[in-house]
Amino acid sequence: MIKKTLFDKIWDSHVVKKIENGPDVLFIDRHLIHEVTSPVAFLGLKNRRLNVMYPNLTFATADHNTPTINQHLPIKDPLSAKQLRTLKYNTNKHDIVFWGLGHKNNGIVHVIGPESGITLPGTTIVCGDSHTSTHGAFGAVAFGIGTSEVEMVLSTQCIMQPKPKSMRININGKLRDSVTPKDVALFIISKLSTSGATGYFVEYSGNIFSEMSMEGRMTVCNLSIEMGARGGLISPDNKTIEYVKNREYTPKGENLSKAIEYWSKLYTDEGAVFDKEYNFNSSEIEPMVTFGTNPGMGIRISGKIPEIDFKKDSSSSYLKSLRYMGYKIGDKMIGKKVDYVFLGSCTNGRIEDFRTFSKITKGFKKADNVTAWLVPGSHRVLNKIRSEGILEDLEASGFKVREPGCSACLAMNEDKIPAGKYVVSTSNRNFEGRQGPGARTILASPAVAAAAAITGEITDPRNL
Amino acid sequence: MPYEKFTILESSGVPLEIENVDTDQIIPARFLKATERKDFDKNLFRDWRYNQQNKLVKDFVLNDRKYSGKILVAGKNFGSGSSREHAVWAIYDYGFRCVISSFFADIFKNNCLNIGVLPVQISAQFLQLIFDSIKNKPKIKLKVNLVEQEVSIFGIPQKEKFEINPYKKGNMINGYDDIDYLLSMKSEIKNFANKRPF
Ligand code: SF4
Repeated sequence: MIKKTLFDKIWDSHVVKKIENGPDVLFIDRHLIHEVTSPVAFLGLKNRRLNVMYPNLTFATADHNTPTINQHLPIKDPLSAKQLRTLKYNTNKHDIVFWGLGHKNNGIVHVIGPESGITLPGTTIVCGDSHTSTHGAFGAVAFGIGTSEVEMVLSTQCIMQPKPKSMRININGKLRDSVTPKDVALFIISKLSTSGATGYFVEYSGNIFSEMSMEGRMTVCNLSIEMGARGGLISPDNKTIEYVKNREYTPKGENLSKAIEYWSKLYTDEGAVFDKEYNFNSSEIEPMVTFGTNPGMGIRISGKIPEIDFKKDSSSSYLKSLRYMGYKIGDKMIGKKVDYVFLGSCTNGRIEDFRTFSKITKGFKKADNVTAWLVPGSHRVLNKIRSEGILEDLEASGFKVREPGCSACLAMNEDKIPAGKYVVSTSNRNFEGRQGPGARTILASPAVAAAAAITGEITDPRNL
Repeated sequence: MPYEKFTILESSGVPLEIENVDTDQIIPARFLKATERKDFDKNLFRDWRYNQQNKLVKDFVLNDRKYSGKILVAGKNFGSGSSREHAVWAIYDYGFRCVISSFFADIFKNNCLNIGVLPVQISAQFLQLIFDSIKNKPKIKLKVNLVEQEVSIFGIPQKEKFEINPYKKGNMINGYDDIDYLLSMKSEIKNFANKRPF
């Protein structure tokens, strides 16, 4: 029998047609849409006089462009308001479920998919957002697509893509104290660089990942795209099944038993061959921070900004990046000044991230020089922050919690970090201007963000 | 959306000798609020073209009169980051039909092929040769021949082949897109969908 990887099993079972010397026609089980990358796709349908083929397989939320305070008031920015109106109109017209602002299921698209039971093992999931890779945590083949492809999925429930190559990343052993899933991911990206996995779909394997919570797995899979991978995935196990069952859109009763039987076959066969394989040593991983303008420019928090590695960067790009950040080769990251802290995004905006953050800040006060934006990934997360008493703890330390959305992750709404200011951010991209024109981003875990929020500088959470 | 067919392109190139250019640089998120595909070219490389006072940055290549043409020549790992197709719309609508680099990010490359921008991946050495040639002679012409899958520089003997998926090549030459293809197989898709467990 042919030995197959987990990825092969899922991808191959969704191929409607193989085009010779061309891409595969791939069937899509779940399609998530939001206000920013869908309007032109709907316009395309209109121009071609097409309908949505399977409206019940597409789910819409408002997240990228939305304010994170006073969501009950009309949106001030006319362009943002128009985008939201357009999404409401389009979903209404085509009979697509839409969770707008204030709806109990509303939130960041990659946070609400799993929460609502839309994300299931063994499925193909796409969305016009590159961090769709998040859903791979459930053993799904999930990846970001462009607007033309959104139009394809709406009109035919398929896209056409060549099958990516396969990569496996193995990490076994024990993680050190205070090392979170975010650190594991930033560590991997720093080793592979931002293009090291381009063309590949990555499976994460080893006890480090199987011992992670579902939320931790989502953080890891979320960041797959930052090393160029199409997506990343982890084999589903009992933890996965426990998480998905009893959610709004999860199969029920007999269908659930059938589904579980199918999910239990979703693993990489022993002896299956990957196009590329990496092994890392768990004891090498420490809490991480980035110092440059791409997620591959990460180092352990206690480290110094390294010399140029000519295998990875040219000197002009590297120095340009450091100039933008206002840093120099040889600088220590510990003690660097911090102006803003952002806890949120589909990378680290889930309840566990708020638990980690508040556990560290409890008993301390927010530093006076720090502006902190704490933005839950969804209404469900916000409700848990309230019901678990985290809100009180955070408020006692001088923090406020905002309403859900993408917020400063991409700074499309008002949540922009001012030019020249430093932000420790739990999001996923430290590109120039990503969090506001001229903003300087240091990517880190919720634990490192919490430590920075109370000391006002980059601080090792283990030394508090 | 239909796009111009692509067979052979002869044009000078604009040299963007920077690596890891992500789509947030190509078009910053704050310009993604449109509900139509309109005016994205105006904000192509916005934060590199204009300073914080909204003044043109004179030495940025797009603002440098020396350089022009329908070919963008860029450093390796071009188009990483966000999946926004708006980045390619901005490039196309600005007037570029082809991007040459030694490495492209995946989603960006797909998006290019879907809307009619040809991504041409060549070796680091040949890319350097193109950069150097343009530096020497800013209006030097490049020839991108999709039919032969070959790039050359006028007056210089070296040439290089590039790869493209044959199906996508056909699409580019004919100006087709994938939706036309998918629509033609709707009944097959329906049969497939009926067999899906969930
Ligand atoms: S939080 Fe950031 S990365 Fe996640 S969906 Fe929103 S914009 Fe994309």
